[in-house]
Amino acid sequence: MDSVLPRTGLWLAALFFAVIATALAADIGFAVHMMICAAAALIGLVVTVRGWDPAAAIRPVDTGRYDDDLIRLGVIATVFWGMAGFLAGLYIALEMAFPQMNLGLQWINFGRLRPLHTSAVIFAFGGNALIATSFYVVQRTCRTRLALPGLATFVFWGYQLFIVLAATGYLMGISQGKEYAEPEWYVDLWLTVVWVAYLAVFVGTLLKRSEPHIYVANWFYLSFILTVAMLHLVNNVNVPVSWFGSRSYPLFGGVQGALVQWWYGHNAVGFFLTAGFLAMMYYFVPKQAERPVYSYRLSIIHFWALIFLYIWAGPHHLHYTALPDWAQTLGMVFSVMLWMPSWGGMINGLMTLNGAWDKIRTDPILRMMVLALAFYGMSTFEGPMMSIKSVNSLSHYTDWTIGHVHSGALGWNGMITFSCLYYLAPRLWGRERLYSLRMVNWHFWLATLGIVFYTAAMWVAGITQGLMWREYGPDGYLVNSFADTVAALHPMYVLRVFGGLLYLSGAAVMATNITRTILGHYRDEQPLHSAAFDPARDVPLAPPLAI
Amino acid sequence: MTHDSTHHAKVIDHATGTAKVGHEWDGIEELDTPLPRWWLWTFYATVVFALVYVVLYPAIPMLHSASAGTLGWSSRGVLADEVAHEKAEHQGVRDAIAATPIEALAADPALQRAAIEGGHAAFKVNCVQCHGAGAAGAKGYPNLNDDDWLWGGDLSAIQQTLVNGIRQPGNDATRSSLMPSFGKDGILTPAQVQDVVSHIRVLSKQDPASASSRRGAQIYADNCAVCHGANGEGNRSVGAPKLSDKIWLYGGDRASLVGTVTNAHAGVMPAWTGRLDPVTIKMLAVYVHSLGGGEAAPAPAAPAATPTAGAAQ
Repeated sequence: MDSVLPRTGLWLAALFFAVIATALAADIGFAVHMMICAAAALIGLVVTVRGWDPAAAIRPVDTGRYDDDLIRLGVIATVFWGMAGFLAGLYIALEMAFPQMNLGLQWINFGRLRPLHTSAVIFAFGGNALIATSFYVVQRTCRTRLALPGLATFVFWGYQLFIVLAATGYLMGISQGKEYAEPEWYVDLWLTVVWVAYLAVFVGTLLKRSEPHIYVANWFYLSFILTVAMLHLVNNVNVPVSWFGSRSYPLFGGVQGALVQWWYGHNAVGFFLTAGFLAMMYYFVPKQAERPVYSYRLSIIHFWALIFLYIWAGPHHLHYTALPDWAQTLGMVFSVMLWMPSWGGMINGLMTLNGAWDKIRTDPILRMMVLALAFYGMSTFEGPMMSIKSVNSLSHYTDWTIGHVHSGALGWNGMITFSCLYYLAPRLWGRERLYSLRMVNWHFWLATLGIVFYTAAMWVAGITQGLMWREYGPDGYLVNSFADTVAALHPMYVLRVFGGLLYLSGAAVMATNITRTILGHYRDEQPLHSAAFDPARDVPLAPPLAI
Repeated sequence: MTHDSTHHAKVIDHATGTAKVGHEWDGIEELDTPLPRWWLWTFYATVVFALVYVVLYPAIPMLHSASAGTLGWSSRGVLADEVAHEKAEHQGVRDAIAATPIEALAADPALQRAAIEGGHAAFKVNCVQCHGAGAAGAKGYPNLNDDDWLWGGDLSAIQQTLVNGIRQPGNDATRSSLMPSFGKDGILTPAQVQDVVSHIRVLSKQDPASASSRRGAQIYADNCAVCHGANGEGNRSVGAPKLSDKIWLYGGDRASLVGTVTNAHAGVMPAWTGRLDPVTIKMLAVYVHSLGGGEAAPAPAAPAATPTAGAAQ
């Protein structure tokens, strides 16, 4: 497909079909989406005919040995979507505390902005980080360039189109109403095409590797790509009302539908936010610490245990519902067994610092990674604990769940992604160092404090809520009405806004830092204090006692 | 970088003293550390916990049902037990409330308190949606804390309203009345509507008398006084609101009043019979009566002249 002509033909065909679909659209939302597709095809057409290269503008002089254009674009996309997602999160947190913030506008009410926030942070910010780092890591650990580079370009831009369609759809009220799977059937189909292309590029690169073995990070990336494909397909088996309309109905109904949805929803956490980000951890932590991975055996055992156990744990989202008792039991026990396999990743990451612990004093990037692993450990303990039915009867439907999710998302996913971006930026643009290491330190503390405010507020709010809901008076009647609990939570909701503001501020510091790094600026600053290295005190931990 | 596929030479990592596995990717190596024992044993412990739990509780799906678990536990069973237990716990009090005439409850303070508590709980579930968590009402939904009653504020009147509702379709005993839409149906011209509203605003002491209100007085006497009374004192037998006070169901400003006279309102409250059991309805009546505006029963019941509970609040 090196010739311009066939590609021009493809763009023209896409433009033609998008315009036809706009004309035939059954509803305004579908028409707007088809117009966005037509605009995308038009941009593609112009770029192809004029021979423009969007990646050229940000390409450094020395491009290196690998296909890094897409990774540079991915770093920028990750920062951009991260800021958008955090901002949406802050706004809906404000709406929760002060409902008049929705200004009476349907497009920005909580119900529409909430999926915009979750999709922006999980799929746009997290997804771009995963695609970019997976392309970076797979090339380097396989010592080969990307297989199918043209297809890889399609994966990146196709994924951005998916994000734009999903986000604009939410604002217009187009939603399947399935948590984390809100995009409608045609956006789902588009993502399927993009995802299969992603799988082909990744597996193709693994196949043409010049290393004898496949590095552990790539196992995690592959499991993430494969499982997300399977989850996405099964949870989005929908029948469209019209081929030119934005509405569809799911094939699975009732409790089966709920079970499929939470099989999907839980494994989106398991394979998108856990396996994928563990892959990032397995490459970037040893690189940044300049230490060997702690245990090869642990990586094998915890990988397979995690993969095997995670997929069964979804029913714990449906405790005390119409789901049959047996399914609830299995969801709970698989979640409990998941505790140690999850911690295997934390141990392997943290203990990789053996022999380099002194660096967390002086290297804020490594410190960010350590904090990410600590939050990963905390939330993967909290998760199995909350899956236990007696705990769940208190925590379910309360803000405790929101606190749990955000200790994982802000602490683990956010912090590990930030540290990887800080690792990547100077290397991808051939800079000696980041614009400012002190700003990384600022980001670290702003984000850490933000997480503490956010999660602590939500834990207190959730437990307050749960206890108020189940509080009976001496006469045997419920003490609180729902509105009473809402009033009681208000201060916690305000604290959450404050925590979110700190976290967003940290991300803004990062956006500045990365932009200045890309531009080739270096901040004139004092080095972070470099403590004297004392080899006598820097000894590994004693071997742990067997229990 | 050349790759040596032989595994003979074990390289020891200096900082940890642990052997390296011998692979290397982009400078990353791996140590040959054994699985941490505490990790492995904790993992085994969770597996054992899972196995035991699976035996004790419903767990293994089969063709038509699932294993029941040796404890015989089921979530439906637990719910049934808890509901039965709660029921047994309160049966005595409920029976006593059922057996006591609503006006006589005040004579037994313990029973009355139990009824108020029960009514409060039922109110939170069934009534707050319209009347508000504090029973202060909203536009179109009366405030239940004051003594301005549309259909009567003594215990049996409130109970009657709860049992049969207001304008509940299909209920013959429901409280019902219909104010004509004077403007919409052409009974009054727009100018007449303005005039009668001027008069109502004089009745409620919001405006001084004017030429318009003087014209409106006659229109009021001809069209409104039959239900709302000559001086706007209202009439509970038809649920006609008092127009001479500052309490308005749909707003007392000129625009709202013009709206009401032009397009009359006919608010509906559901009949709770069939939705709630008679004892709960009785308790709700006692609770609402206790909120502050409850009135004493009308005169005929001379011997039982007990002071109305809640009137002191």
